[in-house]
Amino acid sequence: DIDGVGQKYHLELVLEDLLDKDSTVNCTAEVLYHLGNNIPPDVQFTIEGELKNAEEADNIFYNRIKSLEKELVAENIPDSHGNVSPEMEPVHLLAWVASGYVIWQNSTENTKFQLAQIKHVKQVKRSDEYLEFDYTILLHEMVSQEIIPWQMTVLWHPQHGVQVTQ
Amino acid sequence: RQLLLSTSTFDYATYHSLDEIYAFMDLLVAENPNLVSKLEIGRSTENRPLYVLKFSRGGTNRPAVWIDTGIHSREWVTQASGVWFAKKIVLDHENDEGLASVLDKMDIFLEIVTNPDGFVFTHTQNRMWRKTRSRHSGSLCVGVDPNRNWDAGFGGPGASGNPCSETYHGPYANSEPEVKAIVDFVKNHGNIKAFVSIHSYSQLLLYPYGYTSTPVPDQKELHQISEKAVAALSSLYGTSYKYGSIITTIYQASGGTIDWTYNQGIKYSFTFELRDTGRYGFLLPAKQIVPTAEETWLALKVIMQHALDHLY
Repeated sequence: DIDGVGQKYHLELVLEDLLDKDSTVNCTAEVLYHLGNNIPPDVQFTIEGELKNAEEADNIFYNRIKSLEKELVAENIPDSHGNVSPEMEPVHLLAWVASGYVIWQNSTENTKFQLAQIKHVKQVKRSDEYLEFDYTILLHEMVSQEIIPWQMTVLWHPQHGVQVTQ
Repeated sequence: RQLLLSTSTFDYATYHSLDEIYAFMDLLVAENPNLVSKLEIGRSTENRPLYVLKFSRGGTNRPAVWIDTGIHSREWVTQASGVWFAKKIVLDHENDEGLASVLDKMDIFLEIVTNPDGFVFTHTQNRMWRKTRSRHSGSLCVGVDPNRNWDAGFGGPGASGNPCSETYHGPYANSEPEVKAIVDFVKNHGNIKAFVSIHSYSQLLLYPYGYTSTPVPDQKELHQISEKAVAALSSLYGTSYKYGSIITTIYQASGGTIDWTYNQGIKYSFTFELRDTGRYGFLLPAKQIVPTAEETWLALKVIMQHALDHLY
């Protein structure tokens, strides 16, 4: 508890690779929730070791999308039964990353958000090297149990990373 | 869809519609008339029958275990697990020592689709629907959270008075026929010794209270049972669960099922939150249904065994 500022939490956590459960990385972080909850929490972190290199998979996905004749469009990922087709798996993962940013920007000490589903995703063709996707996602907020639709525009490039505009 | 002819050809590893689950129940009873019967305990808002399967070796009004799944309709792995539990009881009731000893002295009641209106709605209109489908005057919004509608701290902090909210407690306790049906059943039966209400997701095993931070008198015992049940669950696939009282482990919630059942004197009142912890959430892939049901069953057996060994 920091008087006049907010609440600071010191965390020790383990990051687990979604696609390889045996691959873990230790992480320490500090999260500062500001008084009033009007601004996103400050986050600082250090990772012990290296995150797995996904360059090959990134480039395969990048090239596949870049070479599509028609813009990618999809709905309900996962579907009602929890299915995600192999082609949509990277689109799902990208949404996961981008929603992490949205969740961070909207979190308080009294919220717990998860990405529930991608309702709709549409690729927006660009003349530059970035891939752009317009997502409508559903966020599940655990405390209120509400399902919150959210619009996000996501830019991605294998070497330049992810950018989210809400 | 093919006509279901036998519970041996039923696909337990996929999600089913209400009609398919109701057909399964009838078949299970027909195949095992000496063990299984189907009771109608009431009707939903949209007049769908509320069915409970009774597993009994005989006797009159034996001490009983109650299990319900699907009270929140979007939590599909729970109804699917309920179907699996029903079949499991039938398969194992003679050869599994633990289960056989339970059924020697106790009955098991299983309500698989506790909120059928909501369940149908998740299939036809909105996969994320949680509540019932009741309309109460003065609101455009539909539905009451059936896990905030019980008469335990009803209307207090931990539920919403806003009809449009996912945790709307309803106009008064037991306003929902789905809840009232269970209340009436429990009171009329009078001999239920363990009550388990199953939800998803979060991987938690919870005991009362949710509406107050005052610990229940039996806290120590319930905590010990939870520890044992979670250990049994994890032993199968390594799935990790946390456990504790609702209010300390998840959040404050008033008008909840197991707070009411506990206050009725049903000491062994528990709530499960099944897989996962958020990666798929409510949209748990169908291939996880059976592993989830299998591991949860081990925990349920610990609870049932404990109740049997500590009848009160």
